[in-house]
Amino acid sequence: MSRAVQVATDNLPFVIRQYAPAQLRAALKKMYLIRRFEEGAEESYARGLIHGTMHLSIGQEASAVASCLELSDQDKITSTHRGHGHCIAKGADVGRMFAEFFGKQTGYCHGRGGSMHIADVKTGNLGANGIVGGGLPIAVGSALTAKRQGKPDVTVCFFGDGANNEGAFHEALNMASVWQLPVVFICENNKYGMSTSVERSTAVARISDRAAAYAMPGETVDGNDFSAVAQAAHTAIARARSGQGPSLIENLTYRIRGHSKSDRNRYRTKDEIESWVAKDPITRFRAQLVSHGILTDADAAALLLEAEAEVAAGIEFAKSSAAPDIADVTRYVHAEDAI
Amino acid sequence: MNAPAHPSRTLSYAEALREAMALALESDPNVVLMGEDIGVYGGAFQVTGDLIDRFGPDRVMDTPISELGGAGVAVGAALTGLRPIYEFQFSDFAALAMEQIVNQAAKMRFMLGGEASVPLVFRMPSGSGTGAAAQHSQSFEAWFGHVPGLKVVQPSTPYDAKGLLLAALADPDPVIIFEHKLLYKMKGDVPAGHYTIPIGKAEIRREGTDITIIAGAIMVHRALEAAETLAADGISAEVIDLRSVRPIDSATIIASVCKTGRALCVFEGVRTLGLGAEISALIAESDAFDYLEAPIMRLGGAEAPIPYNPDLERAAVPQVDGIERAVRKLVGGEV
Repeated sequence: MSRAVQVATDNLPFVIRQYAPAQLRAALKKMYLIRRFEEGAEESYARGLIHGTMHLSIGQEASAVASCLELSDQDKITSTHRGHGHCIAKGADVGRMFAEFFGKQTGYCHGRGGSMHIADVKTGNLGANGIVGGGLPIAVGSALTAKRQGKPDVTVCFFGDGANNEGAFHEALNMASVWQLPVVFICENNKYGMSTSVERSTAVARISDRAAAYAMPGETVDGNDFSAVAQAAHTAIARARSGQGPSLIENLTYRIRGHSKSDRNRYRTKDEIESWVAKDPITRFRAQLVSHGILTDADAAALLLEAEAEVAAGIEFAKSSAAPDIADVTRYVHAEDAI
Repeated sequence: MNAPAHPSRTLSYAEALREAMALALESDPNVVLMGEDIGVYGGAFQVTGDLIDRFGPDRVMDTPISELGGAGVAVGAALTGLRPIYEFQFSDFAALAMEQIVNQAAKMRFMLGGEASVPLVFRMPSGSGTGAAAQHSQSFEAWFGHVPGLKVVQPSTPYDAKGLLLAALADPDPVIIFEHKLLYKMKGDVPAGHYTIPIGKAEIRREGTDITIIAGAIMVHRALEAAETLAADGISAEVIDLRSVRPIDSATIIASVCKTGRALCVFEGVRTLGLGAEISALIAESDAFDYLEAPIMRLGGAEAPIPYNPDLERAAVPQVDGIERAVRKLVGGEV
């Protein structure tokens, strides 16, 4: 390769250099699928088809998909109450996810978990979690298993900015570092823990600064820049897989929707929300792929249609699925109740 | 129960627990012990003892003083294929880890619709009588027994300690074993080799005809001592060792009360909303109600934290003389 060509290649965004076009198109499709899935869930909720509540990650899709790009089914993730994106990024089927939202027996948790507990152990997703910070020590335990069993598996632990003030965060990072475990902590800093801003709740300016307290690398990236997220994850995953221990990544992002269904948006302004809509990670990634000739606008539109069709089919699957048997109310509590 | 095929030796309760862990470590490479100072220190009560010399620090892991994180690491490890035994230095410290025990470990299988398993054991040194005061002396059996998804046992003998710990390890779901601190030095016959005691089965320690005393852990021994004294006065007390708090062996309790017509519950945990209340209710709701010749009675911990002063500490939980008085009252109105 000539020097001029080398320089030109180095100037390309990380993802364009690192991944095959088919992989990048699949990533865009997954982001569409997450977005449409959540919009579909929101609409189903509005029509009374889903009860309870849900926490949408609209606007955070780059963090989920780019962080999981290099993970196999043997690699594990732990997720959060805002976990639909992680679940889809790790390979879950949206039909079974909708079925879970609809409380059906065909759902991932057979209707026992709902939005906040979806897991897909077969694809390495150890589950969303209703407790802020709940997944952090569990991810460390999963990484401990890989190390003890001599497996190359990495665990990626997603959590929000709110969790960084839980004791579990500090205990988990410390233990992961003391034992040099293959875990990547990914903080999705979407600026608010429910209504309380990071500025009002967190003593450090950057959550990644907290990595220093646990002697691991810490990096803050633009979480709506797919390539930046992918590059940080790539470095941290490679480090974990080669036995060099944990890392902390902070993806700066934003949830366009409210915290949950009860949110009246009284803690932030319309201008702020609009400014982040303009930084939409899907729009940016699509533009990047088009500008580097990875796909055309027509290709992108076709991917979106595919995602929409999957979501529509998923909702139909959920609607037509059977509800759990009322007599089974205590089923699945213990192994012997499995029937 | 798997009948023990090996000769018995005399071991202490702590040695019996250690032997169970050694057997597990030998037979399953996925078994790992975790806890604070369980390595070269040997554990606060010398239960893990020298296991680190035999199995090394990767399998007998000292954790930082991080009960919430440590319990959560155990949950994550169990979820992905290890079989951890996590030792809390004192059961009181489990309060720091309630989130992982109650919200995660206990509910994981259910929340995930049976698609995941959390096979782990929490060991919890428990109970009063050591002068350790309010934050190192509690009895939390009823707390954890209240949570679907957990199994809770409390062995009263070295034989049961080993058999119940091995049963807990074989169980595909989380099990909490409360080890009474005053029993660690108690000696008893313990067979070598592997055997298990089924979780959910009580044991009749002494047969009797006038009253059923249902007790757990150290209270079993106090009830037996009281029963011996009462026998000299012609009162025949049956003593049931509950052994398993969740699930409770209601069949054994009900059958016994049908026979004796009287029931006294004796537990160390705070009396209000405690194990005695639960057992009283299950008797009252059963066929045994028709056989009752006296009200069901509960003895339990005082409505106070465990005090430091030794006389106050004794007074805060049921003792042999109190059990005797309660029995006399129930069988004859004589106190």
